[in-house]
Amino acid sequence: MIEIQNLSKGFDGRSVLEDVSLEIRDGETFAVIGRSGSGKSVLLKHIIGLLTPDAGRVLIDGTDLHALSYGELRKIRRQFGVLFQGGALFDSMSALENVAFPLRTFTRQSEAEIMDRAHWCLSVVKLPDAGSKKPSELSGGQQKRVALARAVALEPRYILYDEPTSGLDPQTSATINDLIVHLAETLHATSIVITHDMNSVLAIADRAGFIHERRLHWTGTMEDLRCCADEATLAFVKASEYVI
Amino acid sequence: MVALIRHRTDAFFTGLGRFGLLLGSAFSGTPHLRLYYRNLTEQFVRVGIDSLPIVALASAFTGAVAAVQSIYQLEGSFYLPKTAVGSFVTTSVILELGALIAAFILAGRVGARIAAELGTMRVTEQIDALEAMGLNSASYLVLPRILAGVLMFPLIYVVACTVGIGMGIVVGETTGVIPLATFIDGARLLFRPYDLFFGVVKSLAFGFAITSVSCYYGYYTSGGAEGVGRSTTQATVMSCVFVLLADYVLAVIML
Repeated sequence: MIEIQNLSKGFDGRSVLEDVSLEIRDGETFAVIGRSGSGKSVLLKHIIGLLTPDAGRVLIDGTDLHALSYGELRKIRRQFGVLFQGGALFDSMSALENVAFPLRTFTRQSEAEIMDRAHWCLSVVKLPDAGSKKPSELSGGQQKRVALARAVALEPRYILYDEPTSGLDPQTSATINDLIVHLAETLHATSIVITHDMNSVLAIADRAGFIHERRLHWTGTMEDLRCCADEATLAFVKASEYVI
Repeated sequence: MVALIRHRTDAFFTGLGRFGLLLGSAFSGTPHLRLYYRNLTEQFVRVGIDSLPIVALASAFTGAVAAVQSIYQLEGSFYLPKTAVGSFVTTSVILELGALIAAFILAGRVGARIAAELGTMRVTEQIDALEAMGLNSASYLVLPRILAGVLMFPLIYVVACTVGIGMGIVVGETTGVIPLATFIDGARLLFRPYDLFFGVVKSLAFGFAITSVSCYYGYYTSGGAEGVGRSTTQATVMSCVFVLLADYVLAVIML
């Protein structure tokens, strides 16, 4: 379980997150929604320990992430798969090498086993023939799918998605949403999705949290969201191009 | 004014601390041998082998110009023997020009590439992706580049010296002023093996300065494409500054 307790963070004297507390249960898909620049990605980077909070704690199965040594933190991070906003594929490597990278780094599998697994991951994201292509030869949606294949190559317990559908056409977004649901079910992983795409939230999430004015303003299930009476949350949801 | 000085001083010591932390992190990582071997051999080729043609070209012209200038000075003097050309060209190339010219070229070629490469990786979240996987990104990215710089620069230095002195000989021969035997006699006259040792030590220091400074600016890049451009420029300029500083300090200590 991931617990965020009273987390606050600021940059250059400007507060981004204030007193954010949240529990993400094992096996659920939790969406963090909010306007651009509201601190969603900052929250995600705290969950993986890429940022250190000014106050508060992030607990992974009861372990305070920011009280760990760098070596211990890296061990915990191996339980995570992260899909970054732009994919963050290594541009010096082909798609297949990108997916094989964590397998080569953290497993003792033979090269043949690694290649089998990498090919399988690419086929799961419906890109079985993209292995030899460099990231620059792939479209934005394809890059995100390869990045997703890389993120799940080690079968992580937690999968973090940073804006998985931003900048994609509705059809590709739907494909990514299907993949998120499929991977959560097959890997039994806990998923945290940072997004402002309400179609995506409704398609994939069990629960959602709305970040507004630096605080976690609202949390609830999709049913709660549909009958939400909170003004700020409703204003955000209604501003999205979606149909409940 | 006082505030500005305080700000600059703070920035300097913060930078120094981050530089130390980066090196500490890079050298403290447990290497994943399969990955590191591949990465290291790649860097050896990029830093060392790929730099040889341009370094050889620059060294050839440096050696040739040193020979032409020596001959020019010789012709204006009744006291200097012809062997002085060989002595001057060999000593200046081994003690100073070979390492320094190669260092400036490497600062531009290798330093800029390292800073741009790491800077782009930073702004496109590739470094975050490495960290998120549980890998020590500094150890994976910085260590092989520094090792390649430190280990390949002596080879580059030896090539630079050989080509520079060789071109000095060619100029002496083709102008008909300094025959080969005279040049070599002159070269032997003032040659001390210690000079070569000094040059190799300098090249080790220059290799470390260029790669570590460039890694630092690249690794801590921020601000998108503009930031990458800024880091690349800073890496090249600061590499040259540190090379000159190391050149002076080593000369004072070792000569």
